Amino acid sequence: MKQGGNRQTEKLLMQRSVPGRVGAVLPDLDVPAQPLPDDALLRNELPLPEVSEPEVVQYFTGLSQLNFSIDTHFYPLGSCTMKYNPKINDEVAFQPGFAGIHPLQPIEQSQGALELLHKLQGFLGEITGLPAVSLATLAGAHGELGGMLMIRAHHLANGDTGRRKVAIPDSAHGTNPASAAMAGFEVVELASDKDGNVDLDGLRAVAGPDLAGVMITLPSTLGLFDTNIVEVCRIVHEAGGLVYGDGANMNALLGRVKLGDLGFDVAHLNLHKTFSTPHGGGGPGAGPVCTTSQLAPYLAAPIVTKRGESFELSTPEKSIGKLSGFHGNFGVLVRAYTYIRTLGDAGIKSISGNAVLNANYMMNELKGTYHLPYDRTCMHEAVFSADLQKERGSSGLEIAKRLLDYGFHAPTMYFPLIVHEALMIEPTESETKETIDAFIQALIDIDREVTEDTQLVNNAPHTTPVARLDEARAARQPDLRWQPDAAD
Amino acid sequence: MSPEDRKYTQEHEWIKVEDVATKTAVAGITDFAQDQLGDIVYFELPKVGENVTHLVKMGEVESVKAVSDLFSPITGEVSEINEKLLDHPELVNQDPFGEGWLIKVTMNDVAEAEGLMSAQDYDAYTAGL
Repeated sequence: MKQGGNRQTEKLLMQRSVPGRVGAVLPDLDVPAQPLPDDALLRNELPLPEVSEPEVVQYFTGLSQLNFSIDTHFYPLGSCTMKYNPKINDEVAFQPGFAGIHPLQPIEQSQGALELLHKLQGFLGEITGLPAVSLATLAGAHGELGGMLMIRAHHLANGDTGRRKVAIPDSAHGTNPASAAMAGFEVVELASDKDGNVDLDGLRAVAGPDLAGVMITLPSTLGLFDTNIVEVCRIVHEAGGLVYGDGANMNALLGRVKLGDLGFDVAHLNLHKTFSTPHGGGGPGAGPVCTTSQLAPYLAAPIVTKRGESFELSTPEKSIGKLSGFHGNFGVLVRAYTYIRTLGDAGIKSISGNAVLNANYMMNELKGTYHLPYDRTCMHEAVFSADLQKERGSSGLEIAKRLLDYGFHAPTMYFPLIVHEALMIEPTESETKETIDAFIQALIDIDREVTEDTQLVNNAPHTTPVARLDEARAARQPDLRWQPDAAD
Repeated sequence: MSPEDRKYTQEHEWIKVEDVATKTAVAGITDFAQDQLGDIVYFELPKVGENVTHLVKMGEVESVKAVSDLFSPITGEVSEINEKLLDHPELVNQDPFGEGWLIKVTMNDVAEAEGLMSAQDYDAYTAGL
C-alpha cells in the first residue's frame, strides 16, 4: 500500500508491539485463583499488542483525525443527503432521561419517551400526508421491506393471491428491487422516458391483475420530480395495485408536497438523511413507515398509542409483526424529533427550498462544462455524465478521485445506471454559497486538468494519507484482518 | 470491432457455435460490456447441467461499479463453466472473447443462435448507445 506522510497511520497497533511493554499494572491477586476448565478455552494464545497507554491514545487519536466527515468537509454524496446535523439534536438525545432509559423498563416509567415517539409519529404522518406511522424499522431498506410486506399482507387478506409482480422504475433507489424480492415479489423494471419520468405506456403494459404495486422514488435518483406522478398512481390503483414511496429524497419535498396527496399508499422516510441524524458509517439509521388509514392495521409493531392521558405500546390488528427487537433506534428518533421541533413549520419548508435552490444553482453553473443528460429543473441533486471528459482520457472515477485533492468528498458515481459515467451530486441545504462555489470551481479546474495534464487526474489523489487504492484487488482478494505472519 | 465468428445479443452476450453436429457452443460477454462494467470482481454462473433460456437471467456479474444480471444468449443445457473465473474474474476484462468465456452450452436448437445479431450489427448497435 502506498502511504503518504502521516506517521500516525504508518504502523498498525499490532506492529508497534514491544515484548514486555505494558499500559496498565494490575494489583496483586488477593483472592484464590480459579483456573478455567480447559474445554472452556477458545484458544491458548491471544496475540494482543504490548503497548503503553500514550501509544494507544496517540494511535487512535491520530486515526480519528483522518476522519472525513460532514463536521470537517463538504460532502456532496448524491442521494445520501450528507447535510449538517445540528448539535442540539445530540444534546437532547444525551439527556439522562432519554440516554439512560431501558427498553424493558415498565411503561409507567417511560411515559415521557413514549410521548416523544407518539408526537414524532404524528409529525411524520402530517409531513407525508400518510397519517399512520410505525417507527420500528431501523433503516431505509428495512422500511422498504416493511412496506412491501404490508402490501403483500393487504392483497392476501383480500384473497388476491395472484399479485406477484412489483414494477420499479430504472431511476429508483438501488435497494428497491432487493426489498421487493425479499418480500416475495417478482420485480419488473420500468423504463424512464426521455425526460426521466416513468414511461406511462410501459407502466400501462404491466398494470394488470398480477401487479401488486409499484415502488417509486420521488424525487428519483436522477434528482427529478416525476411530473406524471399523479397519473402513475391512478394507473396503478385502477389495476388494483398499491403505490410504495421511497422517501429517501424527501429533503426536496418537505413542507411542500405530501406523498399521501399524490396518491401514495405506503412510504418510508430516512430520518438519518432527511431529519438530520448522523449516518454514513453504517448506522444507526431509522426508516419509519407511513401509510394510509386503510393500510394502518398492517403496520409493523409496536406503535405508540394514547389512551386517555397515558401512552402505551400496541400491535396493530393485522400487523406484519415485529421487524426489530424493541421500538426502533430510539436515540435517532429523539434527534429527528428535536430537529423538527427546532425548525417548526417555516423552517421545515426552508429545507426543501434551499436544497432545491442549491442543487439548481450548482447544476446551472456546471452544465456548460459537464454533460447534463436530463436538462431540466432538478430537485435536491443533479446527475451529470463525465462522458465528455472520458473522451479526453479521464473517466468519472478519476474525476471523483481528483476531487479528494481539492478537499471535497467524491460524489456518488456510476449510479443511476441509466446515465453513463454518472456523477450524482447533492450539495444539500446546509452549505453556504461560498462552499458550493468552491466546489463548482474545483470541478471546472479538474475539467481543465483533464485536457492539460491527464495523468495528474488519473493518478489522483495525491494529498490524502493513502494514494489510489486498488479497488479491484481489494474486492477480488480481500485482506480483512491483521495476521501475525503476514508480510505487511 | 467485435469478432465475426460469433453472434451477439442486445444484452451484450456473445455465442459462438463450436460444433453444429453436437449442438455445442461457447458463450461470454462482449468487450463493450466489460468496458462498461469496469474491473470485474465476481461472477455467479449457472451450474453444469442447469437449463438456461434465451435472454433469461442465468447469473450475475459484480464489478467495482455495480452488480448486473447475466442473460443467456441461447436456450440449452450448461455443459461446462469457466472455473478459472472464480479465482480470476479479471480474465473477462483482459480477454472477453477468448480466455474470458463464461459457459459452454448444448443448444436445444442451433437456429436460435443463427438468428442473433452479427458482429457488424452489434457494433452498430453499441455505437448508438
